[in-house]
Parts: sequence; C-alpha cells; structure tokens
Amino acid sequence: MTGNHRQTESGPPRVGLFATCLVDAVRPTVGFAAAKLLEDAGCIVSVPRRQACCGQPAYNAGDRENAAAIARQVVGLFESFDYVVSPSGSCAAMLRRHYPGLLARDPDWAERARALGEKSWELTSFLVDVLGATATGARFAGTATYHDSCSGLRELGIAGQPRALLSAVAGLELREHDAADVCCGFGGTFCVKYTDIAAAMTDRKLAAIGDTGAETVLAGDMGCLMAIAGRARRTGARIRVRHVAEVLAGMADGPALGEGE
Amino acid sequence: MTGPAVAFPERAKAALADPVLGTALAKLQSEFRRDRAAMLSRMPEFEALRDRAMAIRDHALARLDALLEEFERNVIAAGGHVHWCRDAAEARETVTALCRAAGATTAAKSKSMLSEEIGLNAALAEAGIVPVETDLGEYILQLRRETPSHIVMPAIHLNAGQIGETFRESHGGLDADRDLGDPDALLAEARATLRRRFLEADVGITGANALIAETGSIMLVTNEGNADLVHSLPKTHIAVAGIEKIVPALDDAMAIVRVLARSATTQEITSYTTLVTGPARETDADGPRGFHVVLVDNGRSTMLAGPYADVLRCIRCGACQSLCPVYGAVGGHAYDAVYAGPVGAVLTPALDGLKKAAHLPQASSFCGQCEDVCPVRIPLPSLMRRLREDSWRRPDIPVAGKRLIRIWAWAARRPTLYRLVQRIEIAALRLLAGRRGAIRSLPFAAGWTAARDFPAPEGGGFVDRWHASRREPRS
Repeated sequence: MTGNHRQTESGPPRVGLFATCLVDAVRPTVGFAAAKLLEDAGCIVSVPRRQACCGQPAYNAGDRENAAAIARQVVGLFESFDYVVSPSGSCAAMLRRHYPGLLARDPDWAERARALGEKSWELTSFLVDVLGATATGARFAGTATYHDSCSGLRELGIAGQPRALLSAVAGLELREHDAADVCCGFGGTFCVKYTDIAAAMTDRKLAAIGDTGAETVLAGDMGCLMAIAGRARRTGARIRVRHVAEVLAGMADGPALGEGE
Repeated sequence: MTGPAVAFPERAKAALADPVLGTALAKLQSEFRRDRAAMLSRMPEFEALRDRAMAIRDHALARLDALLEEFERNVIAAGGHVHWCRDAAEARETVTALCRAAGATTAAKSKSMLSEEIGLNAALAEAGIVPVETDLGEYILQLRRETPSHIVMPAIHLNAGQIGETFRESHGGLDADRDLGDPDALLAEARATLRRRFLEADVGITGANALIAETGSIMLVTNEGNADLVHSLPKTHIAVAGIEKIVPALDDAMAIVRVLARSATTQEITSYTTLVTGPARETDADGPRGFHVVLVDNGRSTMLAGPYADVLRCIRCGACQSLCPVYGAVGGHAYDAVYAGPVGAVLTPALDGLKKAAHLPQASSFCGQCEDVCPVRIPLPSLMRRLREDSWRRPDIPVAGKRLIRIWAWAARRPTLYRLVQRIEIAALRLLAGRRGAIRSLPFAAGWTAARDFPAPEGGGFVDRWHASRREPRS
C-alpha cells in the first residue's frame, strides 16, 4: 500500500461498508463489488446489519431533527471501524461534509460526528487516495463514458480517481461525454417533486452520452444511475447503465440496471 | 411583481414546452460553459481572485454602516447628493420626486436590476415621466412589456427573429425589405432609434456595480456604452443602488471588476468600465449638473443580521444562472421573480417573503454548480437548504412530500422494521417488473414513473444477502 493509510498495530484496515439504501434495495451487486474491491486491496470488510439510510432525504427536505437522529444512528453504528466506505459520493459526502455540521451543537455527538466524518470515504476515492491503488485487475470489453455525480465531484473532489482506475481496466475504452460534470436530474426527491424539469435535465445528459457512441454509462452513485436508466428505458435511449464498482470489480456480467433478463 | 399568481411548477411546465426558449437556453449554457473554460485556462490565479473578492465583500458588509457614511460624505464633497431609502416604495418616491424637480418628461435608463426590484419604470410612467431603457436587451423587453429573464443578459430568452418582429411592430415605418435577421442589423436599428432618445432625456438613471466609499464614486460596467451616455448627456444623473454594493476603496472595486466581467460574460473586462464621481465640474465641457445617489435598503439590513447574510456578497454576475441546469431547463421567467436562478432562490424569499417564494429553494437538485462558479463563493445550496428548513417548520407553508418523508424517517430510525419493509418492497417490485427489468407505473411513486421507468431490484437486499453468505460477528 502506497497511499495515506498508516498500518496500525492491529493490522490491515478494518472497513465498515456503508452500502447505502439504494444499493441495499436495488442493486446488491454494487455492494458485493465494493466489498471485493476493498478485500482485494487488503481491507477487512464488515457490513453492519442495522444500517439503513444516511438521512439525506430528511436533511435536504429541511427536516433537521430526523436527519440528526439518523446521523447519530449511523455514527454509533460505524464509529468503531478504522474507515467507513460507501459506493456513493452523495452518501459519503453526507457523512463527511454534513454530519459534523448537523451534530455540531449536540455536545454528546459533535466530536463523534467530526471523527466519523474524517474517516468516511467514497469507494474510488478511498481506493486511490487512501490505499494508493492504481488498478483493480479487472477486464471489461466495451466502450463506456463516466458521469460525474454532483455531490462526489463538488463536495469530495471525486473526478480523477474513478477515471484513473477505469483507465486501467483491460479492454475498456473510456470516452468523455460533453458536460460530464453537469447534473443528471436526479437530485434526490427533486426528481419526484419537479418531475418535468428533472426529466429535461436527464434528456440532456442522455443526449450527451449518446453523442459519444459509448455502449455503457458508468457513475458512482445509484441515484444518478436510477434516473439515467429509468429515463433511458422510458425514452428508448440505447445505453446500458452500471455502477463504476461493477466494472472495477469485474462483476459487470449480469443485466445492466433496468435491463430485462 | 404583479400578474396572475401562477405557481412555479406550472410556469416551468409551460417553459419546458417552448422550443424557442429551449434552444435559446441550450445555446446560452453550452457557449457559456465553453467560453468560461477557455477564460479559466488563461487565468490560473482565478481561484485566488475569488478569495480576494469574497474577502472584500465580507469586509464591506461587516463595516457597512461606517462605509456607507464615508461614501455619503465623499459624494457630498464631490458636489452630489445621497438619498437613503428604507424600501421599494420610498425609493420609487425619491426617484420620481428627483425627476419632477428636474422638470423631466423623459428619463433615459441604463440597465439596473435594482430598478426592476423596486418597480421603478411603472412608478415613473404613472408620474408622467417616460422611462426609456437604453441597454439593448432591456430596450427590447420594454417594447415587448416583458421582464428580464437573466441578470446580465435580460433578453436571453428571445431569438433574433422575435426581436426583428418586435422592432417592426414598434418602430413604425421600417421598410418591409429591410433585413433585421442578424444581431448586427438589430443593433444598428436599435442604435439609430435610441440615439434620439438619449438627446431628448432630461434625466439619466443608472444602477451601480459598486459604490466606492473612499472617493464617493459609483462604478458602471457595460458592454454597450449606453450607461455612459445615460449619465453624461442629461442634465441630471440619478444612480440607484442597493446598500450592499459598497466597497471601501478603488482597489477593491478593481478586484471586483476582475471577477465580475469574467463571471458575467467570460470577458477579461467589459468594453466600458466607468467611475463617476459627482456632477460635472465648472471646467468640464459637459456632464450632468446634478448627481444623486439613491441608496436602497429594501430588506438588506435585515438580511445582514440573519442567516442569509452571505447572499449580500452577490455582485450580480449571473454566472449561477448561466450554468444552473434547472435555470437552463426552464429559463428565468419561470421563477416569477426579479432575480431568477440559484441566487434568486435565496434572494427572492428574503425580498418577497418565503411564503410567496417557497418553491424556489425547493426547485434545486443541489448539484452545487452555482456555488462552484460563484465569484464571491456564496454557499447557495446551503442557503437553499436552510430556507427549506424554515419552510419545514412553518405550518403555513406546504412542503411537498412532508408526510412521506416523516413516515420514511420514522422507519429509517427503526432499522429492523426498515429491513422488514424493504424485503416486502423488493419482492413486490420484482413481481411488478417481471422479466422486463423495469416498471412503467407505480401508483405510490407516481412522481418517479410519470417521467421514467423504475429499474427493478436485483432481488434480496444487499445486507441480508451479505449476512446469509458470510459469517460476521453480529453488529
């Protein structure tokens, strides 16, 4: 390991995998892919049973009270690990950037939230920035384009890490689409509250993706992927949709998101 | 703002169905993105300039009272007058009274968002004073009886064909064969018409891009030079400005200009940047005899004391609008507010009250691009989230999905129950999807399936499947 992780006397890093509610419910493959990537990189992975959601829907709706209650629950569940890793920029940003502020005025929890935030990472960023990974040894025959999920990109600076790992995947041709850093229209509850606006945003994203001629679009957040795949199915856009972890772990053999058997 | 009380979602729907608007907005955003990227590539120190601009604005806001008084002393010393207005009504009355005192029947105006905010044109017209907008975009909108849809590109929602038609309808006597098909032809036509109006005007009304305390100067930034004719040809010059526009010194104004032009139009500097200090001196060959600065509070000092003070740093560059994907989908008019887009979503509730503008901070995907490009680093998503918190607490403001979020949160706080419900959901969704892999219609998630399919779950929850396949100590 060449990254920032310092070997402790207790040995390899113990990682609590925060799967996220969408991976848990919709696409377990992403959870298994994340666990494989972490274990291949030498981590000991645990999946706390009592995990649910990071609380973002409440937090972004303005329901601070419920968001704080959920944050305390997540902090308590994960604080014993060396690291918390999540296959989502948005949920990792919630833990890393927002929990400390959310619990800052709670004397019992402020320090615990700050400490948890510091050791919480998005998956590709953890692999590259903390563990110093440069390749995952995966193969993927095909062309793909990578969509930057907003929270990961702007709150955690995730842009180079997934691209670096993807560029090391044998057989994969990565093509950039125009405005890769522009929102796909998901935005959490935004996409159900302002359906028409969100759909127009997703259509622009799909058009930019389509222009590359790539067969697959990859991203690091299930929310974005659900919106892109769902709109593609509705409009007939021919694009396969996968989480970046599936490709990096060599687990992209099954049906893509929203694809029939 | 007057007009029928049509809610944001309906206005947005109409905007989305307008192909001319869609084309105009797509063009604006793709060109702005491209040009801004080119600008940044020539300007490696841009981030440092943003820090400096932000620090200047914060410093000015922290010393607002003292700086405004210093500004007033220096305006008076230069032979001008300062008028303090608490709200929009006072500002309208003050400007109208100044126009009357000057015996004005016509007032030439350069672009001023503050004059839009206080509804100045309607007040002048009611008082028998004809306001003439001289910024090309604002002039077009005045002819069409429309409001600006963007802070720096007010008529960005229109195309050249629409503008040509407007000129034919309004200017009269235009040869039917005359080509008005391209921007240059339109500009020539507007210029010929407006030149007469400049000379007729008794009063010139400008805004101000900055108020400079140490000299009592106002700064005007334009590309058309119209503001320079507005402030120098008529006998009286009235500048209207929000009190937050103050900066301590000339150097500070220059630092603001460096980020303002780059953020507004991606230019290094606009064609005209003018500092106006007092009326014409006795030795000056021309220039106004009277110089008045109308300082408008209109809710700003209240904002300064509250949680939304950061938005007062805004220098009205419009970059947050030019890049916002929501603004890019629906345009400025959907917001039904003087200030549209992300900054408007924060400013409008402060100016008009949260109840009237409750939709605006909700209509964001929190993509964060606005904060990313803001030259003075206003944390717009955080401020919008804070406004959502205000809405959440107020019983008189309906929040979409409030019940559902409460139910969901109640379950999310009970992980065992949450998992049980999730197992049922996964099974039901898989049943509905069949072999198709996606579901077309879900009555309980109609907001989702109205526009998109719901990708079917793979089956089994990840956490359940993990613990079924691994032996892990109980957590």
